[in-house]
Amino acid sequence: MNKLKAIAKRYRFFLVFLAAHLLLLIFAPQYGVSALKKAGNNLLEMLSILPPIFVLLGLMDIWLKRETMMRLMGKGSGVKGAALAFLLGSAAAGPLYAAFPAAAVMFKKGATLFNVFLFIGAWSTTKIPLLLFEASSLGISYTLLRLGFNLAGIILIAFLLVRSLSEEDQKAISEQAQKA
Amino acid sequence: MFTYILYVFAAAGLVLSFLKDRQKTKAALIKALRSFENILPQLLAVLLLIGMALSILDEALISRLLGEESGALGMLIAAVLGSVTLIPGFVAFPLAASLRNAGAGYGQITMFVTTLMMVGVVTLPMETKFFGRKAAVRRNALAFVYAAAASFLIGGIFA
Repeated sequence: MNKLKAIAKRYRFFLVFLAAHLLLLIFAPQYGVSALKKAGNNLLEMLSILPPIFVLLGLMDIWLKRETMMRLMGKGSGVKGAALAFLLGSAAAGPLYAAFPAAAVMFKKGATLFNVFLFIGAWSTTKIPLLLFEASSLGISYTLLRLGFNLAGIILIAFLLVRSLSEEDQKAISEQAQKA
Repeated sequence: MFTYILYVFAAAGLVLSFLKDRQKTKAALIKALRSFENILPQLLAVLLLIGMALSILDEALISRLLGEESGALGMLIAAVLGSVTLIPGFVAFPLAASLRNAGAGYGQITMFVTTLMMVGVVTLPMETKFFGRKAAVRRNALAFVYAAAASFLIGGIFA
């Protein structure tokens, strides 16, 4: 019984939105049907892309040595480490929420917080397949202009974010990453 | 396409790992499952929330809101829509192109696309889970400010 309660508590938001969908289905079926369809499509997309991401993260977590990550993207890795974090984020696939567990593994293994935030920024914005999409939808010159802005923006955001977090905050994040 | 590449990498990694050490491979798979289950509650909630939001805010409505001469109000609406919702890029850019055809300015489009990608209010609980509330909220706030600044500049340059 307690176990059931714990599960219900963890999934409470899901249950609330599920109830909202049911209400929508009953009282505004035209919205309810389309909402469920969209949620279903998103679920399928997620189920198709997340398994390999999590398998790769699991493998990385077990096999990648802390020393390797520290050397590649840790303190003292400098511009090379930052560039690597950027490239990794840009080469990724999948929605932004898949970047968070990946970033947590990176941080746990000794990458600097700055590089971790660069990685998240690149994942959110400078993914290569997305750039191709953008160029074909909105034109090359617009895409390049926005890319230029975004490169500067991502670095600035990562820099300000790290500066705004105290030693204690960073320690708390590191503890949280250990649990993930 | 990129999904297939991911699967190839994951499969190759698993085979290599299995040949080297069975126990470690098992541990890696258990870790993968556990971290997936860890984000599952938030993920499912987010999917339902987005489904609901997008069923009410369909493309036609978004085009009307951000369309021709929507001006400063259009910027604001673009910022709110982009920050709250979460649409995959291969849907977002064709949508942006149709906004362009509906007469939206590059400022509004940039605001919508940039906040869409960088700011995620509905995914905030997931981000908090990994980085804590402070860092998650601040990252989103900084990204929002950046998106606004970039949109006004790009809108000005590209007008």
